[in-house]
Amino acid sequence: MAEIRVQHLRKAFGDFVAVQDSNFVVEDGEFFVMLGPSGCGKTTTLRMIAGLELPTGGQILLGGDDVTMLRARERDIAFVFQLFALYPHMNVRKNIGFPLLAQGMPSAEIRTRVEETAKLLRIDHLLNKSVSGLAGGDRQRVALGRAIVRRPKCFLMDEPLGTLDTEFRDLMVHELRELHNRIRATTVYVTHDQMEAMSMADKIAVMNHGVIEQFGSPREIYDRPATMFVADFIGSPPMNFLGFGGGLAKGAREIIVQGAKVAVPEVREDIAPSDMALGIRPEHIRFDDASKLRGAIYGTEYLGTTQIVAVETADGIIKARVPAEIRLSTGDHVGLTLSSARLSLFEKGSGRAVRTAIHDVASERRAQHG
Amino acid sequence: MSLTTAHSVVAPSSNSKRIAGTIIVLYALISIVPLLWIFATSFKTPPDSIAYPPKILFQPSLEGYCNLFTTRTRQTPEYINSLGPATGFCDETTRKRNMVIAGPSNFLPRFVNSLIIAFGSTFCAVFLGTLSAYGFSRFKVPLADDLLFFILSTRFMPPIAVAIPIYLMYRELGLSDTALGMILLYTAVNVSLAVWLLKGFIDEIPREYEEAAMIDGYTRLQAFWRTVLPQATTGIAATAIFCLIFAWNEYAFAALLTSGTAQTAPPFIPTIIGEGGQDWPAVAAGTTIFLVPILVFTILLRKQLLRGITFGAVRK
Repeated sequence: MAEIRVQHLRKAFGDFVAVQDSNFVVEDGEFFVMLGPSGCGKTTTLRMIAGLELPTGGQILLGGDDVTMLRARERDIAFVFQLFALYPHMNVRKNIGFPLLAQGMPSAEIRTRVEETAKLLRIDHLLNKSVSGLAGGDRQRVALGRAIVRRPKCFLMDEPLGTLDTEFRDLMVHELRELHNRIRATTVYVTHDQMEAMSMADKIAVMNHGVIEQFGSPREIYDRPATMFVADFIGSPPMNFLGFGGGLAKGAREIIVQGAKVAVPEVREDIAPSDMALGIRPEHIRFDDASKLRGAIYGTEYLGTTQIVAVETADGIIKARVPAEIRLSTGDHVGLTLSSARLSLFEKGSGRAVRTAIHDVASERRAQHG
Repeated sequence: MSLTTAHSVVAPSSNSKRIAGTIIVLYALISIVPLLWIFATSFKTPPDSIAYPPKILFQPSLEGYCNLFTTRTRQTPEYINSLGPATGFCDETTRKRNMVIAGPSNFLPRFVNSLIIAFGSTFCAVFLGTLSAYGFSRFKVPLADDLLFFILSTRFMPPIAVAIPIYLMYRELGLSDTALGMILLYTAVNVSLAVWLLKGFIDEIPREYEEAAMIDGYTRLQAFWRTVLPQATTGIAATAIFCLIFAWNEYAFAALLTSGTAQTAPPFIPTIIGEGGQDWPAVAAGTTIFLVPILVFTILLRKQLLRGITFGAVRK
C-alpha cells in the first residue's frame, strides 16, 4: 500500500482543458473520493493516476516514486471499471486470476490466492460459474476480486456502482466500506453520487470544470463548503442562498438580509462592498412567526420523519427541512429563523466562502487533535 | 382498420405468417432448382444429360466423376478387347465408350490451387484487416477518416476494371500464374471489406477490457490477444466467410492471370467442356465438388455468420 501524491496535474485535449493544476495527497490506507458532475475531470484524473492517460503537465507520485510517465502495467495498481470489464470468455476463477497470470505466478499459487480472495468477498461458491450469468452485485464482487487479488499499491475505482440498482447500491456501499476497513488499501474512488461519497470517504475532493473546488473530510465539505458550487452540489436539497449587498468588516456578527437582521458566525476578514450570498442548509431553518425574515409556503414534500417545505421569499424560493408534525398549507405566511452558528457567507462574484468563526473553530479543533 | 394494423405489427396473424411462409418456401425452391439440376446432372450418363425432355428419373452413374478426374483417348474396339480385364468401375465405363484412361486430369491440382489461394488470401485479409481495424478503432490515426474512405474507395469499381494494368504489372513482376500473385491480389481486394467489417465489430467491444488487462500487467499486444480477439470471433468468422466466398468464386482475374500451374478451379471447370465433346456430367461433377468447401465452411460458422450479418451484435 502507498500514499498517492498529485502535484500540479494538468490534462488538455486540444483546446479543452479537462484538468487544471490539481494538487492533493491521498494518505496511505485512506479512502479518497473524487466527486463532481459529469465532465468535471474526475475520471480523467483517475485515468492519469492509472496510466491510461498521460498528463499534459504535473507529477504523480505513488509511494514516493514518480510514476507520471510510466505505463499502466508498470505502476502496480488495480482499477475497477464502471462496466466491470469482466472477460466474458473466462469464468469467475479465471477472471480473478488473470492479473496473477500476467506476473507469471505458478498455477498452484494462483489457485490459492484466488480462493482466498473469493472467500474474502463471499463469492467462493461462484468460482466455476461463467461471468455472463452473474447478478449485478456478484459481477461487482468479481471485479473487486480481480483488483484485490494482486495486493496492489492502490485501488482506483471509476463509478463502480453506477450501473447497479438503487437497493444493490446501498448494500455495496456498505460492503465496500467494510472491505476497506478490513484491508486498509489506499483507494481512489470516482463518483457523481454524493450519497456514495459522503458515506464511504475519509476524504473528498469536489471537482468542477477541471478544478478541485474543495478537498476535505465529508463533514468539512458539508458544514463548511469552500465555494458556492460545493454548497450547491452537496446536500439534498442543496444549500439555500439569500442575496445581500454591502461589505463586511472583520469582527462583524450580523448582516441585513431582506430588511431583517440575521446573526452570523463572526467574520474574520474584511470584504469590500459587493454582491454577497448567505448560505443556509435546509435543516438550519425553523419557522418562527416573530421573525422579520418572511415568506409564503409554496409547496411541501412529505418524507415521513421530516418534510421539505418550499418557501417563497423576496429573493426566490428557499427550502427548509422541518419536522413532519408541523401542519402547513400552501399560501401560509411564515417567519424564518436561521441557526446562526451554522451559516455560511459567500462572495457572489467568485463564489468563494468568506472566512468566519466556523473555519477557525474547525482549525482549532484540528490543531488540538493533531 | 387501424386496430388490425396495430395488431399485425405486434404479432403477425396466422394468415400473414402463412403467406410469408409460402413466399419463403417458393423462393427457396426456385433458388435451389439450379443446384439440384447440377447435382442430378453430375450423376447422369452423357446421353441422359442431353436427353429431351429432361429426365427427372434416371439410372445414377458415376461416369461424370470418372471423366472429371481422368483424361481419356479414343481407341478401336479391337485394341480395347486386346487389353486385359478392366481394373475398376471407371476403366470399365470408359471402355464401354470405346475409350481408355490416359491419365489423371488437372482437376485435382486446380482444386488444390483454389484451396491454397482462397484460404491463404482469406487468412491474410482477415489478419491484416483485424490489426488495421483495431488500430483505427483504438488509436488516434492521423487522417483516419480519409484513410478509411480511401480504403473503401477500392471497392467503388468492379476489381476487373483494373485487370489490364494488373495483368501488365504481374507480367513484369513475374507474378503471373503464381499462387503468391493470386493470394496477394485477392488479399488486396478483400482487405478493404475486412477492415470496414471488423472496425464495426471492434468498436463495439468496450476498451475497458484492454485497459483492465493492461493495468493487470499485460502489454497492449497481449491484451489484444487475450481480451479483444476472443470477443471479436463472431466478427472475424463472418468476415472470413465473406472473404472466402469472394476468393473462392472469383473467375475473371483467375481466367486472366492463371493458365497453368496456379490455375484455380473456376477457370478450369469450363475447359472440361472442350475435351472430347460436351461432357456435361463431368462439368456438373466438378461444380458439385467445387461447392463443397464453401458449404462446409459456412455450415460450420453459420451461427457466427448469422450474428455477423446483423452488424454490431456483439454482446456487451
